[in-house]
Amino acid sequence: MRMLALALLFAAAPAFAQSNVPQAELAWKQLPDPAREAEARALMEELRCLVCQGQSIADSDAEMAGDMRALVRERIAAGEDAGTVRAWLIERYGDYVSYDPPISSASAPLWIAPLVLLLVGAVIAARSFRRRRG
Amino acid sequence: MIAEAGLAALWLAAAMALMQLVLAALGLRMGRGVLPDAPGSDRADGAGETAAQLIAGVRPVAIVQGVLAALSFVLLIWVFVVSDMSVQLVAANSHSAKPMVYKIAGAWGNHEGSMLLWVTVLALAGGAIAVLEKRLNVATLVATLGAQAAIALGFYAFLLFSSNPFTRLDPPAAEGQGLNPLLQDPGLAFHPPTLYFGYVGLSVAFSFAVGALVTRDVGPAFARAMRPWVLAAWVFLTIGITAGSYWAYYELGWGGWWFWDPVENASLMPWLAATALLHSVTVLATRDGLRAWTIMLAVVAFSMSMIGTFLVRSGILTSVHAFAVDPTRGSFILALLILYIGGALLLFGLRIGLVKQGSTFELVSREGGLVLNNLLLSVILGIVLIGTLYPIVAQAMGTQLSVGPPFFNKTTAPIALALFAAMAAGPLVRWRRDNAQALLGRLTVPIAVAALAMAAVFVFAPDAGVLPILGLGLSFGIAVASVAPLWKRDLRRTPLFTFGMVTAHLGIAVSMAGMASESAFTVERLVAVRPGQITQVGPFSVRFDGLRPAVGANWSAIEARLTVTRGDGAPLVLRPQSRFFSAPSTVTSEAAIATLFDGQLYTVLGASDEGGRWQLRLWWKPWVTLIWFGGGLIALGGALSLVGRVRRERRQPAAREAWQTAAA
Repeated sequence: MRMLALALLFAAAPAFAQSNVPQAELAWKQLPDPAREAEARALMEELRCLVCQGQSIADSDAEMAGDMRALVRERIAAGEDAGTVRAWLIERYGDYVSYDPPISSASAPLWIAPLVLLLVGAVIAARSFRRRRG
Repeated sequence: MIAEAGLAALWLAAAMALMQLVLAALGLRMGRGVLPDAPGSDRADGAGETAAQLIAGVRPVAIVQGVLAALSFVLLIWVFVVSDMSVQLVAANSHSAKPMVYKIAGAWGNHEGSMLLWVTVLALAGGAIAVLEKRLNVATLVATLGAQAAIALGFYAFLLFSSNPFTRLDPPAAEGQGLNPLLQDPGLAFHPPTLYFGYVGLSVAFSFAVGALVTRDVGPAFARAMRPWVLAAWVFLTIGITAGSYWAYYELGWGGWWFWDPVENASLMPWLAATALLHSVTVLATRDGLRAWTIMLAVVAFSMSMIGTFLVRSGILTSVHAFAVDPTRGSFILALLILYIGGALLLFGLRIGLVKQGSTFELVSREGGLVLNNLLLSVILGIVLIGTLYPIVAQAMGTQLSVGPPFFNKTTAPIALALFAAMAAGPLVRWRRDNAQALLGRLTVPIAVAALAMAAVFVFAPDAGVLPILGLGLSFGIAVASVAPLWKRDLRRTPLFTFGMVTAHLGIAVSMAGMASESAFTVERLVAVRPGQITQVGPFSVRFDGLRPAVGANWSAIEARLTVTRGDGAPLVLRPQSRFFSAPSTVTSEAAIATLFDGQLYTVLGASDEGGRWQLRLWWKPWVTLIWFGGGLIALGGALSLVGRVRRERRQPAAREAWQTAAA
């Protein structure tokens, strides 16, 4: 009985993929040019897998992540730079897709916060030092 | 019956907590001016005796509370061990065919059980303070135990009114629904308890801070009483984060070891606060400075562990950690969060003006270095907090955005590098006052080593990237600087806590070298192969031999056999699996990792394509193991410090009593 179950499991292996539409090869295959692949890889790590629980498309098994990886690799291979691909994806899916929040009125406080924190912290810390005379 | 007994024990423990709070509050109120060191006017009447009696009751009640809570938790484990499917929690989270270790771990691998574990550890810590703490003056100790009881009461109420772990199921389920397969892993079975020990340790520090605010007794004695708890909490948090990172690395199957995921951040924030706190508490203990700041950090550290619990438990975040949740519970935890943090901040605001200003420092001094450490750690903490909460706030305002690794890396990495540089210099600076020129002289060797290492990396691996080159170079310099305090010292007479500091700082350097090396030198190879094909990855050639079925207690799998050779070395066999769990039905990939002295080869079996080829994901990660080895060293350093401090305190009872008499 157990062997039968395993045999079925084996036969069903391709069904682990979530649909029957074959995925673009670039979802799983690296670009031949290492420099291009590195650029694509760096971008994929900064893009959110929209159907996952907080994973980038570079490290998700989800089908949609695979499709997006293929898309990124195709465009980078076609000579687009990472910035253009990112902008195109943001236009298509919204700011939500980028883990690197694009600067806008909504994200400005986020990017300014570290500087403000450093300044405020420095002022507080300065108070614990002895004042120099003269 | 077992479940009912567990519930009864939980109610009784809650009643004890209430009694502990009432006794402490009444005792302190009536004892004003009568107890040594209690605040308020002189009053010598019958109230003094009553107060003394009330206060004498606090310690035993705290001990009984700890025992009852522990009993309740043991009974919960019992119903899991015997797979009592008439208990709702067991039916929803366990399965009779599960291996025993996961039946036991299943008791806390869910919302209700994990909250019961939280409050059990809290109650046990309260009991431990009652038994062990003999340094503090009575009023501060009683106020501390009162604060501890107040925290526990909120969690008892939460458990009893909205998350009862002992609810019965009528009729009983025939079989349980199983535990999330991702959580069925030895590492994860012990990961949450470790973090909870850390969180609870911080709650003890917080209670001490509240106690000290109530009696306005903020000084070196208070710092020395609080320090072991902060150190212990910090050791557990370090272990928890290190183990969690390694778990994510091998279990998620993509070779990443830190994702800046909100749940990871939730565990990192208390650690950052605890790191700052344990350095500032040293300044308070040694030089009686940073009084208000240390109290504030204790409040912040506990708030961070509450926020962490809230983020993970409320369902605001979706993640494998956020077990099934409902909105009522989220609101309950949020209410507790606001009550405790708001209450503590209010008390801080009202009382801190009455705490006398501590000593101030020279800029170039050990204290100055520790202030810089606190500043930079707090800024990193602030950035992580804002970055983690920002998407939630933005969503409430109608904007959807994601804050992830690019933001956190860009903003925290430069500050972290500055922090590490300060860490290298700090232990070489003298207390009170030092000479900047002399300090620079002491730092010549580490700086030269760092510069040489950077140059070497740049020559041999110019493509490594700016941050990894800086990181690798600095890690060598820091490693040299961290052991420098032992230079020309009689090692037999060096206190244990100095070895602890050296070990922990060295651990940071080791871990940093691992991180930099991983990001600079990782080789990735994604291929689709047929049996017999050979793939090159880094210095390895990997032969895909074929597939076979495999089976475990509650899963079946397809297992690939890979033969790995490096140069002329003996071949290794790796067997990555694609696992199928039946309860609940899930597919996971089980990575196979070869650990070598200089790194890890990480292999994952993916799906097959229509042409009969199988996907393999292969990574060669040079020196990646240093990341967690460093984490282990950091925790070991903390443990050595803890033992060293406790031993020294034990050896100096006379000095302690003298101080208490002087203060009284």
